[in-house]
Amino acid sequence: MSIATIFEIVLAAVVLGLGIWTIVVRETYSATVGFVAYGLLVALIWVRLDAIDVALTEAAIGGGLGGVLLLGAAAQLRDSEPAVTDAAGNAVRVCAAILSALTAATLAGAVLVLPDPAPTLAPAAVSNAWATSLANPVTNVLMAFRAMDTMLEKVVLLLAIIGVWSLAPDSAWGGHPGPRHQADPHGVLVFLARLLPPIGIVVGIYVLWTGANHPGGAFQGGAILAAMWLLAIMAGLADTPPVSSRRLRLILVAGPGLFLVVGIAGLLFGSAFLSYPPAQAKPLILAIEVAMILTIAATLGLLLAGAPERRTGQ
Amino acid sequence: MSLLGDIITIVAVSAGAFFFLAGTVGLLRFPDTLTRLHALTKADNLGLGLVVLGLLPQAASLRDGFKLVSIWLLGLLAGATVSQLIARAARQGESAR
Amino acid sequence: MSGVTVFGLCAAAAVGLGLYGLITNPQPLRKIIAFNLLGSGVFLLFGVIGRRGAAAGMGNDPVPQALVITGVVVAFSATALAIALVLRLFQTTGSTTLSNAAPSGTGSNPSGD
Repeated sequence: MSIATIFEIVLAAVVLGLGIWTIVVRETYSATVGFVAYGLLVALIWVRLDAIDVALTEAAIGGGLGGVLLLGAAAQLRDSEPAVTDAAGNAVRVCAAILSALTAATLAGAVLVLPDPAPTLAPAAVSNAWATSLANPVTNVLMAFRAMDTMLEKVVLLLAIIGVWSLAPDSAWGGHPGPRHQADPHGVLVFLARLLPPIGIVVGIYVLWTGANHPGGAFQGGAILAAMWLLAIMAGLADTPPVSSRRLRLILVAGPGLFLVVGIAGLLFGSAFLSYPPAQAKPLILAIEVAMILTIAATLGLLLAGAPERRTGQ
Repeated sequence: MSLLGDIITIVAVSAGAFFFLAGTVGLLRFPDTLTRLHALTKADNLGLGLVVLGLLPQAASLRDGFKLVSIWLLGLLAGATVSQLIARAARQGESAR
Repeated sequence: MSGVTVFGLCAAAAVGLGLYGLITNPQPLRKIIAFNLLGSGVFLLFGVIGRRGAAAGMGNDPVPQALVITGVVVAFSATALAIALVLRLFQTTGSTTLSNAAPSGTGSNPSGD
């Protein structure tokens, strides 16, 4: 057994242990912290699976932004903790355990009898890379070969943000999401919020740009930009924009909108919906990605900020 | 040259792993928040620094080395800031009690 | 046993764990976390199958990778919506219980993301 395999077994065991702890631990806050650690270690599994693009996404969105979201909710709900009166009975627990064990065993069996040689679309994705002149096959699949999925996913993000906003109380409709944060202007948080965003913005744009040929792309870069924006908001250096702002709404529809325009142009002048002419494929994809990174950064940040809570000036 | 680089890598990464181990033991064994933070940040910063130092001879290009050093610097910045914030929260929690 | 199989078994166990937590945990926030655990297990299964399909110089089939990237972002937005629902429920009723006995008018199910 090689060192790499031992490392993989230990990693899987630690991830599984964290998963169990997340489910059984009594305090919700501890479960949240456990889930964040779980998400970061799962990113390591993705590295071992040779899927660096996914590892970046999982670390940035699954572990990072998802962690902030869950921690914030757990902190707000801490007072509602002792209401454990409606805990599941023993019979339910046993049934659930049997059902879950059966599901896990079935999946494990399926993993053990997967067909050999495994079916794969990698050769097709690599050999058609000429059509877009991008060297990262994952970006090719996301932006060209399965562009429809990515476009519809932008629409899902948009629907999610509309759903969150629609939970605002009537008095706060159209106002700012989240509380107005105040921090000591000479404190360390404000210092970090002044120092880090310039670096983070450069890193975010670099991740987008390098996504054409290496692991990276609009999702990962957008998550980094969103994190920088949230840092400035939490330090009180910036305020969340009012959701009635026209500029904000324009940014939110920029990604899916440009995608749709390019798609329909492909339908009218090319061969099919979302078909790019090979000569202009790279500039077109880059333009869509730039619009997308703005949409993703704004949407992720606003999803974390939550429903509007106060009008301007409050 | 490459032998020397390999030796530096093995020594520095092992030392870094030792500091990570020591920091984790401190995190688990020390009695209160401030001492735990002390163990964590000191050992982690030094541990990460030594791991980065050890990986530098293996970097394929100057650019990769620069990226490694930036990771260490960003880690230092994040660690220092977050431990300060946690320590402040812990002290406020104590004085409120 | 190869590392890929180990991760595959780990993913299967994560799905089982998530399902168990989703059914037995009474608090909505815990249900959301359990649901995310379940989801990450499913994503890992995609990754394991993609890893087995390594070919043409790619260490992992790019099509499942792209699907998972899309899936992670969708899962995040669904989680954010679910959490917004729970927080709103807590604001209006002062509790986050989902049982019918509670006097909650907004009986939406936040775990159904």
